[in-house]
Amino acid sequence: MASFDLADNTVRELNKHLHGAVTDKVTVDNPGGKHSVAVGATDAHQVEINGNVGYYCAGMNAEASVVVNGHAGPGLAENMMSGRVHVTGSASQYCAATAHGGLVVIDGDASSRCGISMKGVDIVVKGSVGHMSAFMAQTGRLVVCGDAGDALGDSIYEAQLYVRGTVESLGADCEEKAMRAEHKQALQDLLDAAGVTGVSVDEFKRYGSARKLYHFNIDNASSY
Amino acid sequence: MVDKSWLKESATFSRPVIREIQRAAETGIYDIRGFGAKRHIPHFDDLVFLGASMSRYPLEGYRETCDTSVVLGDRFAKKPITIDIPITIAGMSFGALSAQAKEALGRGASKMGTSTTTGDGGMTPEERGQSKYLVYQYLPSRYGMNPEDLRKADAIEVVVGQGAKPGGGGMLLGQKISDRVAGMRNLPKGIDQRSACRHPDWTGPDDLEIKIAELREITDWEKPIYVKVGAARTFYDVTLAIKAGADVVVVDGMQGGTAATQDVFIEHVGIPTLPAVRAAVEALQELDMHRKVQLIVSGGIRSGADVAKALAMGADAVSIGTAALVALGDNNDIYEAEYNKLGTSAGYYDDYQDGQDPAGICTQDPELSQRLDPVAAGRRLANYLNVLTLETQTLARACGKSHVHNLEPEDLAALTIEAAAMAGVPLAGTQWIPGKL
Ligand SMILES: Cc1cc2nc3c(=O)[nH]c(=O)nc-3n(C[C@H](O)[C@H](O)[C@H](O)COP(=O)(O)O)c2cc1C
Repeated sequence: MASFDLADNTVRELNKHLHGAVTDKVTVDNPGGKHSVAVGATDAHQVEINGNVGYYCAGMNAEASVVVNGHAGPGLAENMMSGRVHVTGSASQYCAATAHGGLVVIDGDASSRCGISMKGVDIVVKGSVGHMSAFMAQTGRLVVCGDAGDALGDSIYEAQLYVRGTVESLGADCEEKAMRAEHKQALQDLLDAAGVTGVSVDEFKRYGSARKLYHFNIDNASSY
Repeated sequence: MVDKSWLKESATFSRPVIREIQRAAETGIYDIRGFGAKRHIPHFDDLVFLGASMSRYPLEGYRETCDTSVVLGDRFAKKPITIDIPITIAGMSFGALSAQAKEALGRGASKMGTSTTTGDGGMTPEERGQSKYLVYQYLPSRYGMNPEDLRKADAIEVVVGQGAKPGGGGMLLGQKISDRVAGMRNLPKGIDQRSACRHPDWTGPDDLEIKIAELREITDWEKPIYVKVGAARTFYDVTLAIKAGADVVVVDGMQGGTAATQDVFIEHVGIPTLPAVRAAVEALQELDMHRKVQLIVSGGIRSGADVAKALAMGADAVSIGTAALVALGDNNDIYEAEYNKLGTSAGYYDDYQDGQDPAGICTQDPELSQRLDPVAAGRRLANYLNVLTLETQTLARACGKSHVHNLEPEDLAALTIEAAAMAGVPLAGTQWIPGKL
């Protein structure tokens, strides 16, 4: 058990601890919107942060479980490899950008570009996501229990998107897909993992790549 | 037969121009190719060294030492790197290049005590294993990016842009997306893949400062952090990179090579290396950061003369891409028959994008890439780097310098008014620097 009060301790001291040999429970108080809180963890630490964090909290996280009891700034869990990040408030733009694995859960809303360029992560947003979410999303799954903003899934590759509410518009090459039994099961598992209750998988629609832009084709020039 | 010597070719509509119009009309798609800008632009050829004479004395060619080592990254990094020669190998992706080519680059660079660089596609064990110093690129696509490799790197290079295409993203066409390349990039095999042109989680210099701090935190402040920009608004870009906390700034001129970019982008966006070096050095000097933040210059470096001139203008080191590939075996006459089958000829080959490189360098085809022996190719690269270094020392000694970094703008004169204005050195035989009094 270790604790860091960021009113007195530095972010450097916290991160050094998370890169060290001892794996344990870590509490962080008074994060005060600081950047790079709990980045690059290398082991299954259990980190609890009480307050709001700035940019890149839990960036490149591997294996650790990070809970933010508050809101998170831009780039939460960017390029995360594995583990779990849970924010009880809302997250700013580029949440889980390029993340390769693990689970990110946002109890509130996520801003624009949530899941941009995601590469295998699972993201569950209990509220809504802003415009350009899942832009160039490669693999992984994004679940939105509220609504999605403009240009959802623009230039998407093989990521799978599930949205319960309305989608303002779909981006280039993103289309609605059939919800088959296996998708419902996968979605249910994600909702369970994220601790979402009181919603039914039947309320969601699935979106993914139309795969029309996978090869340069002059007839598609207006979509590029 | 028509006697073509009487025919008058249009300077405006030259044969390559006519051919391109015909090609565009046939296909309806722009030309994508590799290599760098091919048209004539002001370059280091337009500068000469003054050498020593009455007012300065030279160093003895063989006996008196002329140091070539360079320390990179001692501004903030706990573990700066010291390279033995002022020439590094530029970032070229596994994907664009075969695994054999990447390994050969690592071998050649390591033999000469210098660094090589990953590229848009992640780090391969082959290149990590064979590279004494490996710089890990942090690109907008983040293909293959992971904290383990980040910690294995000797330095990190945040790529904002590239000289061949400032403002453009990468491309790797389907022919080169093999199972291994696709796996490393988390993409389906065989699709035409386009890398983003902007970073997904930061925009602008203020964000970059926070991003660099994050990378330092993740790697415990050990690694030098470079910022690479394509040459465009170089004075401002370098100023902002320094402000954002870079240890090293890499400036890549418009001649810089690429694996796949639209021809229109290669030839028409960005400024030449020559004015970019001057603008970068001015930015460093204005912030009193010259020699504190190191400057690496690339784009069209071919010889020790180019290296020495870049250093004399104030760079700390140079970086090479195209020349390194040529040293490995690119555009070699021995493949002439195969180049002909591809509609080209040794010395002209630039279709790095299409994956059929006869030399086995810019390809993922297992048979073609087998042709490149990483050990022999690595030795050729080391030989070439050795020649560049010897040539650089020769010029430095002629100017009386015991370290290549002692070369200075006063050692140079320009052969053309353009070069004088761009490089900020006097036109030969005069004291005139256009634009300055
Ligand atoms: C085949 C090839 C692949 C390249 N791939 C990358 C890359 O992945 N990332 C990058 O920043 N630059 C890339 N570049 C540009 C080089 O890093 C470097 O800026 C350029 O080659 C320097 O100019 P030169 O070729 O005239 O030496 C590539 C260049 C070539 C020729």
